Amino acid sequence: MLFFSFFKTLVDHEVTVELKNDIQIKGTLKSVDQYLNIKLDDIQVVEELKYPHLSSVKNVFIRGSVVRYVHLPGGAVDTALLEDATRREAAQQAQKTK
Amino acid sequence: MEHLNLHDNEMPPPQQGGAQTPMQQMQPLGPGMLPPPSSQQLPPQMFTTAAQLLDLTDTNLVLQSTIERIFVAPSSANGPGLYADVNRGIFLVRGENVLLLGEIDLDKDDDEPPGYERADVETVHRLQKEQKAKDARREKIVKRRLGELGFEGENAGEALI
Repeated sequence: MLFFSFFKTLVDHEVTVELKNDIQIKGTLKSVDQYLNIKLDDIQVVEELKYPHLSSVKNVFIRGSVVRYVHLPGGAVDTALLEDATRREAAQQAQKTK
Repeated sequence: MEHLNLHDNEMPPPQQGGAQTPMQQMQPLGPGMLPPPSSQQLPPQMFTTAAQLLDLTDTNLVLQSTIERIFVAPSSANGPGLYADVNRGIFLVRGENVLLLGEIDLDKDDDEPPGYERADVETVHRLQKEQKAKDARREKIVKRRLGELGFEGENAGEALI
């Protein structure tokens, strides 16, 4: 659930989504759901000459399971907060398994 | 995809709900211990359950007047790549196979993809075939070389398991 919440804080920021077939799509993160399916607006494919297939596409829905990486805008990530949330979630998990 | 809304994660799936509730009630609570959160299990998106697969498969698509656009990458550094459109007609797509959906910008669609020129289907098909054969040959060589160095191919690895 943490990643879901985290990605929700990145809505309206520009991210680059790298798919498992190596295509990288840059665009504005518009929405994300619990499966980490992603909607991007105003997309642009990195290395468009190599991957021309999306050249006339303006926005996409990407199934979460085909995403390899999401490249984040460093400035929009509160690292301290994220660390804190990660530890808290880990502690919760540990509590549950007790 | 009406099943994939945010609602699903707050409530356990209905078929699990019945079994889960009594189990939680039976759990003894030690003194000073917090009551267990509503869901004792890992979040459902951690696993692909049969129910989720059903969710994914029950949304199918029917596409009509479909066109497949095929591309061949530029062969030399400065020459253009080529593309061709092939009319494919009606498609039935099982939802589970949908990996990406995109809305086409009709203005952009009037232009050719940057760095690519339209060619006839036969030409593009032929070039694509040649390219694939070339890639396959190269792949084979790479695999053989790696094999000589002790790296096993993906399929060889599976055989061990």
